[in-house]
Amino acid sequence: MTYRATLDGEVHRFSDLRQVLARASPQRSGDELAGVAAADPVARIAARYALADIPLAAFLDDLPVPYETDEVTRLIVDTHDAASFAPVAHMTVGQFRDWLLSHQADAAAIAALSPGLTPEMVAAVSKLMRNQDLIAAARKIEVRTAFRNTQGLPGRLGSRLQPNHPTDDPRGIAASLLDGLLLGAGDAVIGINPATDNVAHGIVLLDMLEAVRTRYAIPTQGCVLTHITNSIAMIERGAPVDLVFQSIAGTQAANTGFGVSLALLAEARDAALSLNRGTVGRDVMYFETGQGAALSADAHHGMDQQTAEVRAYAVARAFSPLLVNTVVGFIGPEYLYDGKQIIRAGLEDHFCGKLMGLPMGCDVCYTNHAEADQDDMDNLMMLLTVAGVNFLIAVPGGDDVMLSYQSLSCHDMLTLRASFGVRAAPEFEAWLAGMDLLDTRGRLRLNAPQALGRIIAPEG
Amino acid sequence: MTRSPPDRTAPPIIDPPSTDPETDPWAPLRGLTRARVGQPRAGDTVAGGEVLAFQLAHARARRAVMAPLRQQALALDGPVLPVCSQAADRATFIRRPDLGRRLSADSAARLPRGRYDVAFVIADGLSALAAERQAPPVLAACRALLPGWRIAPVVVAHNARVALGDDIAHRLGAGCVVMMIGERPGLSVSDSLSLYMTWDPRPGRLDSERNCISNIHDHGGLSAEAAAARLAGLLAGARRLGRSGIALKDETPASEPDRKWGLARESGTQ
Repeated sequence: MTYRATLDGEVHRFSDLRQVLARASPQRSGDELAGVAAADPVARIAARYALADIPLAAFLDDLPVPYETDEVTRLIVDTHDAASFAPVAHMTVGQFRDWLLSHQADAAAIAALSPGLTPEMVAAVSKLMRNQDLIAAARKIEVRTAFRNTQGLPGRLGSRLQPNHPTDDPRGIAASLLDGLLLGAGDAVIGINPATDNVAHGIVLLDMLEAVRTRYAIPTQGCVLTHITNSIAMIERGAPVDLVFQSIAGTQAANTGFGVSLALLAEARDAALSLNRGTVGRDVMYFETGQGAALSADAHHGMDQQTAEVRAYAVARAFSPLLVNTVVGFIGPEYLYDGKQIIRAGLEDHFCGKLMGLPMGCDVCYTNHAEADQDDMDNLMMLLTVAGVNFLIAVPGGDDVMLSYQSLSCHDMLTLRASFGVRAAPEFEAWLAGMDLLDTRGRLRLNAPQALGRIIAPEG
Repeated sequence: MTRSPPDRTAPPIIDPPSTDPETDPWAPLRGLTRARVGQPRAGDTVAGGEVLAFQLAHARARRAVMAPLRQQALALDGPVLPVCSQAADRATFIRRPDLGRRLSADSAARLPRGRYDVAFVIADGLSALAAERQAPPVLAACRALLPGWRIAPVVVAHNARVALGDDIAHRLGAGCVVMMIGERPGLSVSDSLSLYMTWDPRPGRLDSERNCISNIHDHGGLSAEAAAARLAGLLAGARRLGRSGIALKDETPASEPDRKWGLARESGTQ
C-alpha cells in the first residue's frame, strides 16, 4: 500500500510504511548511510504528516520484513495480543501520540496496552514526539524486575558497575570493582565485558565476583558479558552464572551475525533458570542493543535504524529480562554523528523500550571518533533520569580502558542522586548503609581511606 | 583587594587531599589497572584536576583519529602492496564505513593473484599510529611461528575497515586473512592494534565468522610475541576446523591473565 501527504499543493508519495517511517525519522547519519533518510527537511516533515494519519492497525498488515523469512517478524506477529490492542485499535499514529500524553494514559493503562503494541507502532509514534514528549510519556511507565534486588521502583535509579580491564586481570578488575562499590554503584549488575572469549577465564572472573558478593553479602548480581554459547558452556561446567548476557538486534539476519537465534536465547534462559540463584526474583536475562546494529550487519531490510532497534525490543521482551540497555553512542559517528543525534537516540530507545514493557536502561556513551564529549553525556544522563530510566552504566572515571570509549562515571551516579533525589535499589541502599558508607543525609561519605581499609581488610 | 590566608582548621574540600603514593590509600590499587580508580572527590563529583586530565586525554585521542598512515614509518622488508579503500579521505572514512570496506578500482586491479595460505594486511583503521608502531613487530613474530605457511606479500591498506581484508585476500588467492588494524583510540591508549583472522575470506563474510585478538600495545597490553603466539594457535585451530569465528573457541588454560579474544564488534573498526 502507498501513502501520501500533500503540503501546499506539493504531493509527497511513499511506497510503503517502511519508507514513511524512515523518512519521518530525525536526521541521523546511519539512515543517510543506508540511503533511506528524507532528502531534505521539508520531505521529512511531509513524511510525519503522512505518518500521523496512518491507522495503527495498518502496522499489523504492512510488515517491513517478510513473515516467511524472518523469525523476529514471526515472533512479533504470532505473539501480538489483540485484546490488549483493542483500546487503541481505532487510532491513527497521530492520535496515539496525543493519547500517550493525555491524562487518561496513566501507568496502568499503558502497561495494559504493551502486549498489544508491535515495535513498528512504537517506533512510529516516537517519530511524532519531541524530546520532551519522549521524557514525559516514558516517565509514566514503570517496569519492575528482580533477581537479588528490585529494579525499576519509582524514585530509584540503578547502576551497572562495569569494572573492565584490558587484559581481564582479576586483580585489576577487583580494583575497579572496589572503587565502584565504595562510590555506591553496582545495584543493577556488576557486569564485566571480558577482553577474551575464553570460557575458562570467564569462570575465573565469575568465581571472583561470587567471592566478593558472598563475602560482603552484597544484594546484587554479577555477569560476564560473553557470547551466550560461552555462558551456556560456563553453566554446564558448574560456574556461578547469575545472568545470561547477549547482544541482540531486530532482524533474524542481524541476530545470525551475532551468532544467536530465538531458540538459542530460550535454551540459555532455561539453563540460567535451572540454577535458581535469584532471591527476590527470577529475571535472569540481560540484553544490550543499539541503533545501527542491523545496518552494520547489512541486515536492516531497508528500515531506518530506529525502527530496527525497536524490533530488537520485541526479541528482548520474549525472555523476561532483568535488564536491557541501549549502548547508544558506542556504535560510532557513522550511525549517530554527534551529541545531538546521540541524545535524541537515547531518549527514543528509552521511551520505546519502556512502552514495549522492558526494564530499560542506557549506556550513556560516545567514542573518540564521534563529535561528542562529556558535556553531551551530562545532558543525556540528566534527561534520562528525569524520564525515569531504570539504570545507567558507570565506569571508573567514565573511561573504559578495555573497550576504549567513554561512558558515565560512578561519581555521575552520585551527582544524579543529589540533583534529582533518586536512590539505589532499596536492598542495595540498605547494604550501603550497613557498610557505613553513607552519611547522615544518605550521601556517600568522603572517607575513602577508612572505608577502603574496612572493605579490603584480611578476612577473619 | 587583600587575600586572606587559607583556613587550616576547615575540613579538606578535596578527598583524598593528595595522591602522593606515601599517603594515598589508593596507591596499591592504582598500580593494578589503568582505570581511573580512587579519583579525588569534590563533593559528589571529581576534583578539577581530574576533569582537565580527562579533557586532555580526549583531545589527544581526537588528534590520533585524524592522522594518516605513513608507509615509510612501517620500515618493512620485502615486497609491499599498497591499497586504498573507496573512502578518499579521513573525514569520508569516518562517516562512510561502507566505502572503507570496498577496494578502490585502481587498488583492486593492482593485486596480483597467487596461491597463498595466509595474507597479512596492515591497515590504519581508526589509529594509523597503532598500525605504524605495533604491526611490524607482530608481523615479524608471526613469520617466525608459521614455518611452512605460504605467506602473501604484505598489503598496506589506507582508510580501511576490517572487511576490506576479505576482498584483498580473495583477490590475492589467500586461504586466510589477518587484518592488523588500528583500534579506535581510547583515553589512555591511542596506539592499540587488533588482529582479525578470517578463514576462507571472501566478500560477505559475517563478523561472527572472524576471531579477534585485541589490545596489542606497549602500555600494559598484549605484547607482539604473545599476540603472534595466540594467532598461531588460532590459525592451527581454524585449519583443523576448516573455519573461523564463534565455532572456534579459545580453550587455552586460564593460568595467564592476558587472554584477548573479543567479539569482533568491540573495537569499532568494522
